[in-house]
Amino acid sequence: MITGARIVRLAERDRAEVQFFLDGQPCGALAGDTVLTAMLASGPALRSSEFGPELRAGFCLMGACQDCWVWQEEGPRVRACSTPVTEGMRLRTTPPESWP
Amino acid sequence: MSETLPPRIVIVGAGPAGIRAAATLVEAGLHPVVIDEGHYAGGQIYRRPPAGFARTPARLYGSEAAKARALHALFDRLAAEGQLTHCALSSVIAKHEGRLHVLAEGGARVIGYDRLILATGAYDRVAPIPGWQSAGVYSLGAAQIALKAQGVALGRRIVLMGSGPLLTLVGAQLVKAGADVAAVLDTSPWHQQIRGFWELAARPGVALRGLALRARLGGRYHAGVTLERIEADGLGVAALHWRDAGGRERLTPCDMIGMGWHLRAETHLADLAGCAFTYDEQWRQWLPRTDRMGRAGNGVYLAGDGVRLLGADGAEIAGRLAAAALLTDLGRPVPSAGADLRKLARLERFARGLARSFPWPAAMVQALPDDAIVCRCENVTCGAVRESADFGSGEANRVKSLSRGGMGRCQGRYCELAAVELVAAQCGCTPGTVGRFRGQAPLRPAPVGALLREG
Repeated sequence: MITGARIVRLAERDRAEVQFFLDGQPCGALAGDTVLTAMLASGPALRSSEFGPELRAGFCLMGACQDCWVWQEEGPRVRACSTPVTEGMRLRTTPPESWP
Repeated sequence: MSETLPPRIVIVGAGPAGIRAAATLVEAGLHPVVIDEGHYAGGQIYRRPPAGFARTPARLYGSEAAKARALHALFDRLAAEGQLTHCALSSVIAKHEGRLHVLAEGGARVIGYDRLILATGAYDRVAPIPGWQSAGVYSLGAAQIALKAQGVALGRRIVLMGSGPLLTLVGAQLVKAGADVAAVLDTSPWHQQIRGFWELAARPGVALRGLALRARLGGRYHAGVTLERIEADGLGVAALHWRDAGGRERLTPCDMIGMGWHLRAETHLADLAGCAFTYDEQWRQWLPRTDRMGRAGNGVYLAGDGVRLLGADGAEIAGRLAAAALLTDLGRPVPSAGADLRKLARLERFARGLARSFPWPAAMVQALPDDAIVCRCENVTCGAVRESADFGSGEANRVKSLSRGGMGRCQGRYCELAAVELVAAQCGCTPGTVGRFRGQAPLRPAPVGALLREG
């Protein structure tokens, strides 16, 4: 069913644009978006499951399930539902090669 | 504890319970430290969007806007006046001998306390459905947070399922915001919903508002459904298979599913704090034991949905009561709690009605096929949990060790109740005798770097 973006913006569309990178590709988001909103406005998922074939796209959005941790090209992993997206952020849906 | 120094009081959680507890202590001349994971105080129910968002409280919180505004204004004023210390964006990850280990943006820190008020709230109580591990399945709370705090719907075509007040509320809110809600599926049949009537009449206004919201859902709402399975393609949810109250097979194409059966108390920190627990038959979950005021013993007090699932109004009252209990124990003058205790009793009656009318789907969980996933963190199947129950003599923590159900990222928050239900059915006992998963620190994933100190 999903092609491209997973989420639909219903309100609060008059915000400044923010540019970030998702798997190396430039993407647009809005100031105040969480990493989860930004990534799912640009694609269908946040990451792959480590234990099954399916993709994952978050679950609780309140910091309880820890389903939405994603990688940055540099720096620590972030919990996508509680981390604001920032200009120039470089996010990945797959672990960096240096990941153990 | 020194006699001359003022007692150090820490409140964990800045939702309705934490805010009212803090304000009560400030009125008595104390200066509490409030630790909260949010950016702004308000909790999940009165969560505020980030700076730069334009919707008014009336649009965000509907009939509850005045309560939300009052709580936000009260807390912001006390913080601005320096009457309390607000540690925002901070998670308590461990507790040891009068000290809380707190993870914040700058790293880990330790906050000492003499008395502790836990107002940690609740999250969605979910039950597994075959396929629920797919991308695009969310909790009902997630759907509401996405709308409230981000202005988005988590899918183009939405099915909501479960039972309880949040099911109707989230459905009505999404419809009003312009989302495409294909179906709202309630596992509680009409004849069950009517059973809570007399208790629900304890709050006629709230009950009528719920019915009015449900009317807005129109033909999307179906009571007494049977949820069969979630169909997924390579990208995520594609459809839901279900049967209506008449037993007819139905298929609803969708790319997002929101699920929830009421709430589950967030009790991990109460567990680390040594609170005793009781299996609550009404809510089919383990809840920390306290007296009527919220006293758990050893200088620990509990308030809000983290101890009794009464919703936001009940949380405000419980926050005041917990603070009053704390003040009593310090030997300070306390305003009379009589009126609050009477209100609490009425809210408890209403909550009993909700639990009766919109029950946890125990039979549905017990009937799950062996290949259905119960722990969505690590894709542990129902079959693995049942097998572990046979080896593990039906004790929750042995089943956890053997199957790894409950050992994943969420630490059992979303699988424990279903796993316990499966074990009980397998062993022919009750969930209360199976026990509960022991809480373990860290309560949130903590990067090693945050715990390292320079030098």
